Amino acid sequence: MKKLFSGNEACAEAALLAGVRFFAGYPITPSTEIAEYMASNMPKRGGKFIQMEDELASIISIIGASAAGVKSMTATSGPGFSLMQEGIGYAAMTETPTLIVNVMRGGPSTGLPTKGTQQDVMQTKWGSHGDRPSITLSAENVKEAFSLTVRSIDIAERLRLPVILLLDEFIAHMREVIDIPERVTVYSRQKPDEDPQEYVHYDDKRNYNAPYAWFGLGYKIHLTGLTHRKDGFPTNKEEEIRWKMKRLRKKIDDNLSFLEDIEIIHPERDNIIITFGSGSRPSKELVEGDEQSKFGLIRLRTIWPFPYNTLETLLKGKKLVVVVEMNEGQIEGEVKKITSDKTSILGIHRVDGELISPDEIREAL
Amino acid sequence: MRKEIRITGTGGQGIILAGIIVAEASGLFEGKNVVQTQAYGPEARGGASRSEVIISDEPIYFPHATNPDVLIMMSFEGYYKFHSHIHKNTVKIGDSFFLGLVQDLEKDIILLPFTETARKVLGKALFSNIIMLGAMSKITNIIGIEALKKAVSDRVPERYINENMKAVDLGIELAEKWKSEHSS
Repeated sequence: MKKLFSGNEACAEAALLAGVRFFAGYPITPSTEIAEYMASNMPKRGGKFIQMEDELASIISIIGASAAGVKSMTATSGPGFSLMQEGIGYAAMTETPTLIVNVMRGGPSTGLPTKGTQQDVMQTKWGSHGDRPSITLSAENVKEAFSLTVRSIDIAERLRLPVILLLDEFIAHMREVIDIPERVTVYSRQKPDEDPQEYVHYDDKRNYNAPYAWFGLGYKIHLTGLTHRKDGFPTNKEEEIRWKMKRLRKKIDDNLSFLEDIEIIHPERDNIIITFGSGSRPSKELVEGDEQSKFGLIRLRTIWPFPYNTLETLLKGKKLVVVVEMNEGQIEGEVKKITSDKTSILGIHRVDGELISPDEIREAL
Repeated sequence: MRKEIRITGTGGQGIILAGIIVAEASGLFEGKNVVQTQAYGPEARGGASRSEVIISDEPIYFPHATNPDVLIMMSFEGYYKFHSHIHKNTVKIGDSFFLGLVQDLEKDIILLPFTETARKVLGKALFSNIIMLGAMSKITNIIGIEALKKAVSDRVPERYINENMKAVDLGIELAEKWKSEHSS
């Protein structure tokens, strides 16, 4: 059914259709409408919505609900996202699928509650301590706020990991018409078929795309943030530590092509604009519908893992690569890692809470 | 065809709702691409409020109005803040109750008594936004009356549908009256 939805509403509806039946959060601008939509619609779909006392409790309670077998999510913005970092690391270490939606506003600190930027890109990768497998998706319009929510849940369930979906104030509050399907398809975890006595929660054969148990089924599960063995109990033995770290890394390394998701427009043109999220809105004005344009465009739908190899190939021999982002150059830094000295890099940034305009890009060029 | 509509006024006048109704009329019932945005946050509380709709047959990338084709001013503050951000063919429509002061200064603003009509005929000033939408549709033809009426009845509480339909018709009448006075 066609609806005029804001990005936040589309995200919440997508999560409900994908089977999310537990939402815990602490409302914060500009993500509040997600919690609002969940509060009024989750009970009607047989799920639970809880407004928690803070973001620390929100992330931990969705991990708990997911460990009990329920697809779970939270939504927040910068300050709340900072508070959730420890919990995100815990979700990764315990391999508990969760969806965290971060609707970016201006930072640092409480910053600009009602204005959008894209300053949390690096935080989604490095915000929680340790070498954590990070998966971050980013939506450019209301349609993608819907479709990438579904995909985030699918990835989280398949890989047994937290997935972060980045929206920003622009996408969250703009309304566009989208076609809401009656149902969506996502991977749903399967119960293991072993005898509960023989079940090992972190067995090598169940790293991703494989059945695993949840609390309440009668299987023995031990969850801890401490580095642990296959049975979930803590270890200090080097070999077992190496095993756990490799296991986490394999979730990403083995699934790179599944995770990679970029939009490519006119890659044959001399110069390329790289962007993501709402940064693509002004960028596409320069690329689409202009046959004379000297610019192609690459847009990251999946930001982490970063598509280093694909971009290296696509950017080889380009004269100029322009990175359009509403931060001070977070993706630009990644692009510099894979381009040679022959390619000039130009960053177009804006951090005052307004969307970069097409004219600003034209002038900078 | 890309049309940019900017609706300005004061918080509480239903400016954002008016934008949503235009977007739904065009996007859901006339099959156009639409993007609706609004000024959000402290600046929209009590002070100047702004809602924008972009309507196009092509995909819409940049979501904000840069040079509106239609500027609606439902309060003096809306006029004061936005009347200069226009192009030479912008259709400017204002509420005469709030913009009466500039009547002699701004000959090309179409001043219509939205608030006055809402109060006199429907007993409440809050219908002024719907009356305005009726007038805007009639004057600019950017959205059709059919689609507008469908969008209005989908968005307003059921017990107020009749009054809102009446409000649309009042707006159309105001526009027709203005047109007949200005066709020469």
